[in-house]
Amino acid sequence: MAVRLPTIAVAALALAPLLAACNPDTLTEAERKQVASLSLAALAPLPPDPTNRVADDPAAAALGEALFFDTAMSPSGTVACGTCHQADRQFQDGLPLGKGVGATDRRTMPIAGAAYSPFQFWDGRADSLWAQALWPMEEAREHGGTRAFYVHVVAQKYRDAYEAVFGPLPDIAGLPPAAGPKGTAAERAAWEALDGGRQDGVNRAYANIGKAIAAYERTLLPAETRFDRFAAALAAGREPEGDARFSDLETEGLTLFLGSANCVTCHNGPRFTDDHFHNTGVPQAAGLPEDHGRAQAVPLLLSDPFNCQGPYSDAPGRCDELRFMIREGEELERAFKTPSLRGAAGRAPYMHSGQIATLEDVVAHYSAAPAAPSGHSEVNPITLTDRGRAALVAFLKTLE
Amino acid sequence: MSRNTKLLGAAAMLIVLAAAVFSAMRFFMAPPDDLDLARSKASAAGLYRVTIAPELEPIEQGPLQAFLVTVTTPDGKPVDDAKLSVDGGMPQHGHGLPTRPQASGPLGEGRYRIEGLRFHMSGWWVLKIGIEGPAGRDEADFNLVL
Ligand code: HEC
Ligand code: HEC
Repeated sequence: MAVRLPTIAVAALALAPLLAACNPDTLTEAERKQVASLSLAALAPLPPDPTNRVADDPAAAALGEALFFDTAMSPSGTVACGTCHQADRQFQDGLPLGKGVGATDRRTMPIAGAAYSPFQFWDGRADSLWAQALWPMEEAREHGGTRAFYVHVVAQKYRDAYEAVFGPLPDIAGLPPAAGPKGTAAERAAWEALDGGRQDGVNRAYANIGKAIAAYERTLLPAETRFDRFAAALAAGREPEGDARFSDLETEGLTLFLGSANCVTCHNGPRFTDDHFHNTGVPQAAGLPEDHGRAQAVPLLLSDPFNCQGPYSDAPGRCDELRFMIREGEELERAFKTPSLRGAAGRAPYMHSGQIATLEDVVAHYSAAPAAPSGHSEVNPITLTDRGRAALVAFLKTLE
Repeated sequence: MSRNTKLLGAAAMLIVLAAAVFSAMRFFMAPPDDLDLARSKASAAGLYRVTIAPELEPIEQGPLQAFLVTVTTPDGKPVDDAKLSVDGGMPQHGHGLPTRPQASGPLGEGRYRIEGLRFHMSGWWVLKIGIEGPAGRDEADFNLVL
């Protein structure tokens, strides 16, 4: 008996998850409510962006779509937003680090549903989609251009479409072909040589380019998944049918996600994100400068002339997100934005610099909960059986 | 009892136990069920009576929101010359508030408005209202469950 008991104990433990049952009838009332809160049916209408007066103007979105995919939007003629944000790959590129003119330090983020997020980028250094778009265009390793360059491109290729939406472009006679405050020494000198009025005109047109692109991005929304069909059946009190049926493993994964694995504390709501910044102990990517995440982004956001309160915003008095955001403190160190998990199964590798190769490895990361390279990880280690790990991965795949 | 029946009994008991442990784990983050959820109470040292009222009910997870706070003396006279501060967090997650909410000046009849609150997770939240008023400094802590 003394010899046999452990065997029985092991057998009993192995059976326990099965006993906790694996079809939707056995989800608790609280779990059903959580499932409903995660389903696409619970997604609120897209919030307006008062800082962009053309946010919902179809003509602006059409112009923005053309700009998004046009490689003329880079001095090399090789890089567009769509180079990294590829329409047939969930608007990302499947690489650990985005690659434009050169390699960047972070992984390309998908765009569907980004318009819901109050802050853009892994570190949230932009507070609107239009302010976001202005960063990669002037980043040497991405599009590699200057704001004067983009005004010239629009004047040559898109003048009518631009002026129909925004009114006259600034006068480009005598405007240097390359000039901007973030460029090379020569480009900065050319920018400094412009008088304040001309700089302001270029800034305004540059912001408008961002606003057109943002109008397009606002049309990119998350698509219905198997999970949503499962949730719809559950909400209607129907037995899920066809591909809406979850296997035992998938149901188990769902239960873990909502329960003891605690994933839903951060990956919540219909986009599976709380839109907040957390340090989850993801290792520093080898060979890259130390990344402080949200801690390094806050000063950039506050000093960005294209933020909500700046002169190019169409609603500088309506900046509650900026007003009430946390500006300092330990919790900002290496905190990154919770990514949506919709479609994540098809978007390896993972994390802000592609540090983790597969979903299995992601689950192993949460289970081990390593200490953060700097700051404090909010993740507590969880004990998962092999089956539990497989179950979580199986559940994440229902979100594709 | 045969040796086999005993074994079977032990196995059954273990299965029940394991199932119980497993379902307990599923509710591992549930808020304690004896939480005081009162929206109106005396401050910690009894200097004031404090009432909170979310401007939108039910409290939503996600968007920024505002609460109206009413401060009176223990016997119900409005306190209109206090300065309020806001702090809080989620005791079971060991983190503070995700935003930096701010309290307005007095709006009359003991009322103050707290703007910029966000509850980005479901679960147990604590909202600590600090009151710096004529009777001195005190604090009232409120539990909220989302
Ligand atoms: C070189 C590849 C590359 C190019 C070109 C590029 N991006 Fe990105 N994009 C990225 C990377 C990498 C990130 C994350 C960067 C970070 O967090 O610092 C990102 C982040 C974003 C985000 C944030 C999404 C979120 O959920 O926070 C948006 C929106 C976006 N890009 C739109 C654009 C637009 C619009 C353009 C063109 C003007 C563009 N990108 C050009 C690689 C690229
Ligand atoms: C404390 C908040 C928090 C918890 C809890 C949490 N996550 Fe995350 N998750 C994040 C953040 C933040 C990131 C991005 C981290 C980074 O890049 O440094 C992330 C990234 C991910 C990614 C990668 C997505 C991508 O596009 O790169 C997956 C998959 C994921 N989490 C799944 C889970 C699962 C499964 C659980 C439960 C076991 C879980 N998360 C628990 C906050 C959390």
